Amino acid sequence: MPKDHGIGAPSKRREDVRFLTGQGRYTDDINLHGQAHAVFVRSQVAHGRLNGVDTAAAAAMPGVIRVFTGADFEGVGGLPCGWQVTDRHGQPMQEPGHPVLAQGKVRHVGDPIAVVVAETLEQARDAAEAVEVDIEELEPVLDMKAALAEGAPKVHDDLTGNLCYDWGFVEENREAVNAAFQKAAHVTTLELVNQRLVPNAMEPRVAVGDYAPATGDSTLYTTSQNPHVIRLLMGAFVLGIPEHKLRVVAPDVGGGFGSKIFHYAEEAFCTFAAKQLRRPVKWTCTRSESFITDAHGRDHVTKIELALDAEGHFQALRTETYANMGAYLSTFAPSVPTWLHGTLMAGNYKTPLIYVNVKAVFTNTVPVDAYRGAGRPEATFQLERVIDKAAREMGMDPVDIRRKNFITEFPYATPVAVEYDTGDYHATMDKLAEIADLAGFEKRLADSKARGKLRGLGINSYIEACGIAPSHLVGQLGARAGLYESATVRVNATGGLVVMTGSHSHGQGHETSFAQVVADMIGIDENMVEIVHGDTANTPMGMGTYGSRSLAVGGSAMVRATEKIIAKAKKIAAHLMEAAPEDIELKDGAFTVAGTDKSVAWGDVTLAAYVPHNYPLEEIEPGLEETAFYDPNNFTYPAGAYSCEVEVDPDTGKVEICSFAAADDFGNIVNPMIVDGQVHGGLAQGIGQALLEGAAYDEYGQLLSGSYMDYAMPRAGDMPSFTVDHSCQTPCTHNPLGVKGCGEAGAIGSPPAVVNAVVDALQRSGHTNVTHIDMPLTPARVWAAMQG
Amino acid sequence: MTKVSMTVNGRPVSGEVEGRTLLVQFLREGLGLTGTHVGCDTSQCGACVVHVDGRAVKSCTMFAQEAEGAEVVTIEGMANADGSLSVIQQAFQDHHGLQCGFCTPGMVMSAAALLADNPHPSEAEIRAYLEGNICRCTGYHNIVKAIMAASGQDVSAIAAE
Repeated sequence: MPKDHGIGAPSKRREDVRFLTGQGRYTDDINLHGQAHAVFVRSQVAHGRLNGVDTAAAAAMPGVIRVFTGADFEGVGGLPCGWQVTDRHGQPMQEPGHPVLAQGKVRHVGDPIAVVVAETLEQARDAAEAVEVDIEELEPVLDMKAALAEGAPKVHDDLTGNLCYDWGFVEENREAVNAAFQKAAHVTTLELVNQRLVPNAMEPRVAVGDYAPATGDSTLYTTSQNPHVIRLLMGAFVLGIPEHKLRVVAPDVGGGFGSKIFHYAEEAFCTFAAKQLRRPVKWTCTRSESFITDAHGRDHVTKIELALDAEGHFQALRTETYANMGAYLSTFAPSVPTWLHGTLMAGNYKTPLIYVNVKAVFTNTVPVDAYRGAGRPEATFQLERVIDKAAREMGMDPVDIRRKNFITEFPYATPVAVEYDTGDYHATMDKLAEIADLAGFEKRLADSKARGKLRGLGINSYIEACGIAPSHLVGQLGARAGLYESATVRVNATGGLVVMTGSHSHGQGHETSFAQVVADMIGIDENMVEIVHGDTANTPMGMGTYGSRSLAVGGSAMVRATEKIIAKAKKIAAHLMEAAPEDIELKDGAFTVAGTDKSVAWGDVTLAAYVPHNYPLEEIEPGLEETAFYDPNNFTYPAGAYSCEVEVDPDTGKVEICSFAAADDFGNIVNPMIVDGQVHGGLAQGIGQALLEGAAYDEYGQLLSGSYMDYAMPRAGDMPSFTVDHSCQTPCTHNPLGVKGCGEAGAIGSPPAVVNAVVDALQRSGHTNVTHIDMPLTPARVWAAMQG
Repeated sequence: MTKVSMTVNGRPVSGEVEGRTLLVQFLREGLGLTGTHVGCDTSQCGACVVHVDGRAVKSCTMFAQEAEGAEVVTIEGMANADGSLSVIQQAFQDHHGLQCGFCTPGMVMSAAALLADNPHPSEAEIRAYLEGNICRCTGYHNIVKAIMAASGQDVSAIAAE
């Protein structure tokens, strides 16, 4: 019987009421008295020397308050990068400057050059058209391998070439891996592209800067997944404003998927300009603008090789990846193809030797950074594709080859530096077989054939490392930040609680699920717990929400703070009942003395804390408020098995997804309804990558897929209904809730399932030369593959 | 500037607009009805769907002046008279048909228009009808389920969770 409240219950989301009635408060809904409007003038060429910006005509236009250019930012810091990768030779990565507004050169279409601030948005738009920009066009570099060629144009003139870093992992294993390949009975090689994606949260980015001259306080309202991180980066590194004079508010945020982690120029601009102009400055991104300014995702070109013995046991794995950084280093970009990718290459398997090489490259394109899954989808895709190919080459069943190599004993230290604490990969594969009715595939295959369709089945396993992350570890790996999380639990006199979390909810439902946890621990109604997030003024310093970390890290901080609350409340209860604190039990919102019928209610204790007439003041302070910072000692390792069945139209190459099943192990579950929704959304993004999406640049560096007319966002008719299950649960051993995180799994596990299914469909229908098709699997690509 | 007058959520309103002012701008900026959202600039995403004289319209695709004299309903006008959630809104909450909430107003307005035309749509009909509403969070599964449930149909037809 499912629970109806607390941990494990499908509690309805409290945030829904405001969203369903139009009462949400997103950043663009914020309008401050006297605000001016900013419109950016952006580079229309991919690469060029900026010889001059003539703002005179624009400045004379109606309503224009001021036109800013790069010259206004010469004394201002650039946008910082938060992660320094060390290359194969022990050298730090090449790290170019990233000015708020272009200085001397423009490096991608969309690079900001000038900003018009005017009384109205229309006036600012009109005047932006009148800014004259003198750019001497330079040859752009777009292809990564071409960018590394001798004599290629340089994106950054002050760097030595376009290589950001050449990373080897684990470098000491390199020769041993090569030797294993020499001895292998079978080697499977696959070259593939993990295409560039545009995250496309439905809410475009917005920034509203405000400044109070009387106090010197700056406030930024922004569409962010991590307002404290923005405050630290922008305050300390860009504008030189100390944290206590800078408040960053991220109110309701309409999705992020990674793209709203990063610190962007527009945020710094609005904060800076508000202070300069002594009035609020608002910028709202158009969707077209977001395509050329929000950090993109993926964009890896990879060669992967798998060495096997004659029975199909994995002996060694070797990869070489070119990872596109775009024109500048976005906030966490260097970490994605390295530590979030290389450490995942063991997958669910006992591969003893692994070597990963990644060359990160600058090109004249929009910067690339973390997008849902961030490195882990890229790792999983190549691994699960090469395993499928190996199985076919060796005449093995794709499930059998995986099972043969599954890790079965935990904890398990992989050869790529991580230690899996728990898991049961056979269990999720068994569960998948059940929920996907894998046994019934042959019949469905026959049915499809009778209708003239080519049916295929794709299967894969995945693992991810999330719950990001242990600070001591990421510090060694180059992170310039800690990755703990925080919570303050404030109990009010009459017993209600406010939890102030450093996590941020932008669709994940924390206001509901976090309340479930605290209410469960105390044994009170969920409605007695309010969750506050998104404002640096009233939440403790926290690192925000990404990497499926909120419950595993932020939830753990909240549990620790609540434990402190309960410990103190027990002391108060013990005093009230004249008993020893160690004899006090808390259950269903009442404190009792063990072995007696003495009892005081939760509300009696909380009232005593704030009205301390009868109170052990010599032992404890009045009040009931505690803060905890939680820093995990390991990542969490959700895992699962996915299957996809497709029908390919032999005449057109169009792929239809007939069914998609996901059997996940997320450890313990707080709200199964929310978990289902997180998986559904991840699956849609992964299936979107597999079949529809892709950022396309032309030879001049113009983004061809720059709007919803051109970039194929998944729509309702493109998606199947999903079959998802998370009943396989091996709780995480190192966080108090035993949770693992579920936000990215769907996007990580689904692309290989879809591509495996399409390749299977073609193979089964006689197209035996088709061993791989690069995503997105559009009808044109599939049809072309069928033509041989 | 031109004066426009219309009825929004049952209330007569008027305001001064430019010729280029879109209906969505008039609703959001002129009337402060910020529940209607702008998610794109090519009339694709559907976050701005409202009802104009009973028809679902993308309010970014219509000038405010074109709505002169019209009956407009926005997400703010969809709850029951006592403030409780309407059947469709309640179904979205019950079936977790929203996550970040940004596309939700448009989804609810489109769902209402669909059910007015077709009180018992099939899953395929719902998916086809939502062609002009993009959601990046839910994968549509629970939106489809919510709309089916709101139409009084058995949602076990949607694949099991």
